[in-house]
Amino acid sequence: MKTQNNRGWFFVLPVLLLVAFNALIPIMTVVNYSVQETFGANVFFWQGLDWFQQLLNSDRFHAALGRQFLFTGLILAIEVPLGIIIALSMPRQGFWVPVCLVLMALPMLIPWNVVGAMWNIFTLPDIGLLGYFMNHTLGINYDMTQNPFAAWVTIVTMDVWHWTSLVVLLSYAGLVSIPDAYYQAAKIDGASAWSVFRYIQLPKMKTVLTIAILLRFMDSFNIYTEPFVLTGGGPGNSTTLLSIDLVKIALGQFDLGPAAAMSLIYFAITLLVSWLFYTLMTKDDAK
Amino acid sequence: MAKITLSNLRHSYYPDPKGPQDYALKEIDLDWEDGGAYALLGPSGCGKSTLLNIISGLLVPSQGRILFDDRDVTDLEPTRRNIAQVFQFPVIYDTMTVYDNLAFPLRNRGASEAAVTARVTEIAQMLELTDMLKTRAAGLSPDNKQKISMGRGLVRDDVNVVMFDEPLTVIDPHLKWKLRSKLKELHQKVRATMIYVTHDQTEALTFADQVVVMQDGEIVQIGTPVDLFERPAHTFVGHFIGSPGMNLLPCDVKGGTALFQGQPVPLEGTIQPGTGPAGAGLTQIGIRPEFVSLSKTGLAAKVRKVSDVGRHFVVEAMVGETSVKAIVEGETPGQGADVHLAFDPMRTRLYRDGWIATEART
Repeated sequence: MKTQNNRGWFFVLPVLLLVAFNALIPIMTVVNYSVQETFGANVFFWQGLDWFQQLLNSDRFHAALGRQFLFTGLILAIEVPLGIIIALSMPRQGFWVPVCLVLMALPMLIPWNVVGAMWNIFTLPDIGLLGYFMNHTLGINYDMTQNPFAAWVTIVTMDVWHWTSLVVLLSYAGLVSIPDAYYQAAKIDGASAWSVFRYIQLPKMKTVLTIAILLRFMDSFNIYTEPFVLTGGGPGNSTTLLSIDLVKIALGQFDLGPAAAMSLIYFAITLLVSWLFYTLMTKDDAK
Repeated sequence: MAKITLSNLRHSYYPDPKGPQDYALKEIDLDWEDGGAYALLGPSGCGKSTLLNIISGLLVPSQGRILFDDRDVTDLEPTRRNIAQVFQFPVIYDTMTVYDNLAFPLRNRGASEAAVTARVTEIAQMLELTDMLKTRAAGLSPDNKQKISMGRGLVRDDVNVVMFDEPLTVIDPHLKWKLRSKLKELHQKVRATMIYVTHDQTEALTFADQVVVMQDGEIVQIGTPVDLFERPAHTFVGHFIGSPGMNLLPCDVKGGTALFQGQPVPLEGTIQPGTGPAGAGLTQIGIRPEFVSLSKTGLAAKVRKVSDVGRHFVVEAMVGETSVKAIVEGETPGQGADVHLAFDPMRTRLYRDGWIATEART
């Protein structure tokens, strides 16, 4: 007879509970909400896929999704090249290495709501350092509470300030792992600085860059705290990104059904785009 | 192609070297003839890689000059020296195909595509890479990657010198032999000056016409593989080359005769007088195990160990407190047996303070 040993379950159980309570149960609750209508007090009415249909045809959702892609696209287009350039110009050895690394890591250590609050005060036209300087010294009309363009410039700049370091640090890690022999061989082969970057540094940074881009994509696509504290989605709806809109629907209007449907679609888009990125960036390696 | 002259070369990695111990290279004067196959042999840390990097221009020596055909290139950039170097670990451009890898040094120098195709095809053929020209270099095995590195070194036909810095380190043993003979064959085809750095005597002796042996930043001996084996100029060479290395037996010199354990040992020639104060200097008799034989008469010894190394046996026998190794074929005495050792006088040398002190018989 085969002995049954069920002791293994005791070891798995804690993880199982952890995953259940922080992932499986919440997500199934959301699925549950997304197909029903509720007015609270645990009274539910079956709605089927109505919320999904309504959402996919809603102009408000399209607009928020468009803003979200614009934001993520902008910050990736700035942070990735900028991060690589900074990493390339950082020293590889000596006294300045730890100094640079600490300076680079500082913005990432600041809590997100503090970042939002800092930039909010920084840009106030009457007392903020940047706001005052722009309006009163340079004479440029800059007020992100009034002007959507100024609001966009501010949230993009804030994100670049907060998160370029991540790309820098990851790229730098990739760069320092390149053995000296590669640079020596390139010198002997007569390679130009551009060739060294294109054929040695960039390929060697590829793995870490893939991770950097994925992390920055997911984080920026789900960004909430900083723009919420900074602009609150305004002026008007001009900086209402998906997450801000979602919270407005769920907690502002208390439309839990549509909000649940929206978060599921939101989740699906994040997953899909991440998968696309990853597949595209790693497809060469399989060859 | 060029003759390479190293003149009065010294190098230290310290900005302010205090004494000889701070120098990685102590004093190098050396000529590399055009088209020669050289090996630079020495243990790890003896300065051979430093010397190589100075020739390629990756390092600027603290002192001295490097001449390519009487042109001083000491301060010239590696790119402008027109040299090629193959490193210990294969350096390939991951994103390029094998073809593009081989073409890279030519394209960087503005060669026409027709010339590039012709030359790359030729080199690929020599290295047996023709089938892989269109594949990406990243996925290849280490030996193929190293072949590409070698190919990039050989692809320019006007290089002054091709240098190999322990290129077979990462190659599997059974492929090492193949690549080594390939390299020898390539040298005969392209006739470029080649310098091969290694700490492996087999690699050095099979590849090179001339072997330069280094120790502690100094050149100890330059010679053909046969010279190094037959008549080492220094006990280091005797010990480092050969398997097992040369027997070095402490001895006394009295009235022109060498005495080992009180018994006179006939030598290849007369002993040159020492330069130091009379009687000073450590003297040793050097004889390779290949030239020690077991005989009826001779030095009495007791066998301590017999090792079977395949083709023959290595018999280690004790003469008093000193161990002497002999290579024996066929029948061997058992452990603890009493034997007599005979030295071939033509192959028995005397070394004083490490350096050879007997006159060669011609």
